[in-house]
Amino acid sequence: MISESSLEKLKILAGAAKYDVSCASSGTKRSNTSGGIGNAAAWGICHSFAEDGRCISLLKIMLSNYCIFDCAYCYNRKSNDIQRTSFTPDEIADLTIEFYRRNYIEGLFLSSGVLVSPDHTMERMVSVVKKLRTEHRYNGYIHMKTIPGASQQLVSEAGRWADRLSVNIEIPSEGNLKVLAPDKDYKSILEPMKMISSGITEAKEERKKYRNAPQFSPSGQSTQLIIGATNDTDNTILKLSAALYTRRDLKRVYYSGYIPVNTYDNRLPALITPPLRREHRLYQADWLLRFYGFRNNEIVNDENPNLDLELDPKVTWALRNPHLFPVDVNTADPLMLLRIPGVGTKSVQLILMARKHNRLNSSHLKKMGVVMKRAQYFITCNELRSRNVQDLKPEIVRQLLIDKKQISSDSAIQLKMFYPTIPVLR
Amino acid sequence: MNIYSFDNTFEGFLTLVFECYNSKQFPDEILSGEGSQTVLFGSDTLVVTDETKAERVWNGIVKKSSEDNAHRIYRVFLSETQETPMLLIKYVRLIIDSEKNEETNFSVPIVVEFNKLHQKVCREAQRIHMFTRFQKTIEGSYYASYAPMYNVLPLCIPHFRDRFADQNWIIYDLRRNYGFLYDLKTVTRIVFDDMQVNPQSGQLHPSILAEDEKLFQRLWKQYFKSICIEERRNEKVHRQYLPQRFWKYLPEKW
Repeated sequence: MISESSLEKLKILAGAAKYDVSCASSGTKRSNTSGGIGNAAAWGICHSFAEDGRCISLLKIMLSNYCIFDCAYCYNRKSNDIQRTSFTPDEIADLTIEFYRRNYIEGLFLSSGVLVSPDHTMERMVSVVKKLRTEHRYNGYIHMKTIPGASQQLVSEAGRWADRLSVNIEIPSEGNLKVLAPDKDYKSILEPMKMISSGITEAKEERKKYRNAPQFSPSGQSTQLIIGATNDTDNTILKLSAALYTRRDLKRVYYSGYIPVNTYDNRLPALITPPLRREHRLYQADWLLRFYGFRNNEIVNDENPNLDLELDPKVTWALRNPHLFPVDVNTADPLMLLRIPGVGTKSVQLILMARKHNRLNSSHLKKMGVVMKRAQYFITCNELRSRNVQDLKPEIVRQLLIDKKQISSDSAIQLKMFYPTIPVLR
Repeated sequence: MNIYSFDNTFEGFLTLVFECYNSKQFPDEILSGEGSQTVLFGSDTLVVTDETKAERVWNGIVKKSSEDNAHRIYRVFLSETQETPMLLIKYVRLIIDSEKNEETNFSVPIVVEFNKLHQKVCREAQRIHMFTRFQKTIEGSYYASYAPMYNVLPLCIPHFRDRFADQNWIIYDLRRNYGFLYDLKTVTRIVFDDMQVNPQSGQLHPSILAEDEKLFQRLWKQYFKSICIEERRNEKVHRQYLPQRFWKYLPEKW
């Protein structure tokens, strides 16, 4: 099945898929079935890192890069004169298995251009995934894109076989989407999201009653937003993300700095480099939403519609709320500890454990991984009081915390967030 | 000066702890392995590994702290650095001699140091999960080798046994010259005497590679190249996450 000619196809169809940033392979824990191949590790494993620094966990590939849509921001749009090709479902299944057996990958991320019609494309994609699960008895991770406008029946079938489904929103506001992607509308994107979300909820309910009830997209769903292709503010973007997390129960929203792939289209801004710093700040804000108990309007709001590019969003928030500081690390409740700049989720866990034994001072905190450079202005601990944000005034602290060196080397900061957390081996 | 030496097994180390408490003599220095240095010092104690004694110490640690903590001690033991046995002795004494469970007392330097090394060992094991690359042989089995910084292969085996349950495989530690073989049923520890492996790169001799192995390596290389977004090229991060010492084992970097 796989031959020399597959090399050329792989070149085109991996190249076409690379703009999807999702690489997560976590969230499902599935053991191998007897006689089968593969399992899914709950924490996800990266297998390599591309030269752009992004993790390679999955075989990220398009079934086809033919597309009947003409979305302005997309490299594979109909009106682009590029080489086009398609894999057969068997080729993708074989390639996945061969790569998986060599431990190159954690699983498959299958996407596609819209071939003939959304349903036609979706049907072919489902056939790949079904083949892997049934014929190849493959238990590894599968992430599958849902084609906007695909029927409910196909979405449900996809959810049976895949670990994660995703529909990319791409453009953070409907007005801008209409301008840039005339073939799409929010309905065609949000409807399948709703279907997936209710599919997940139903399957979870069923499994409470019957342990062997079929799973449905057990690792949840995710989406992607393109940053900097439109005039949407960070406020608009984070409002949307927060709503997706709470109302649609999304596992992840990915932010992808717009890469000027179609420079000739004057509906798009003329960017020289992708807005990596803004993307990085959005990921930090996203972390605050998901793991630090922040609400989106605490991070950005109508008065401050965009994130501060020079400082991380937690510091910015703290400087806007100096009256809440300094925080006493020996007595503060966990939620307030999480809000101290320079203190991460791991440090909070360590502080909570350690302070049962001893009163903590700054050298303890430093050893536990607290970034004292930032935290010093926002805490008190078991030693003489140092100058904090109240004594110094927020503007001064702001100047002290801006890292001049970091700003000059924009490229070095991106993508730290893609590195998975290290699991504790048992 | 108290000098102890033991056989460099985990049971041996636990026995050593037992002997220390038994004689109330704690080491100033620990020698591991059959080092010839032992001859040079007259006053050293050679520990004879005893499973019963080892188990008593293990149970003591579990009782004083937790089973998780006992497993952490095992993993730190596998770091096999020169300082490891002394660090572990100090840590185990803290656990055993304290009234309360001290494993979470991160205000004690030894607890922090212990946990840091533990994290390093776990990270190295994780890298084996990540960067193992099997080469398919002419007989249809899969081979991979490495030279991990710490002796982490035993920690990785359950993962590979579950994931690759339907293929024969060997994973070999070139630095410590031993490995594990899985034959669809059980995993056995092996030592090669006649290696058809390049000890530098871990690559199998071309004559024993499966016919399509080179093709899949080329496909993987092509994939690695195509997935990179040129506009975002960032070699610094690339090197940070993909340490150069692993490159020689990765087809995408050949």
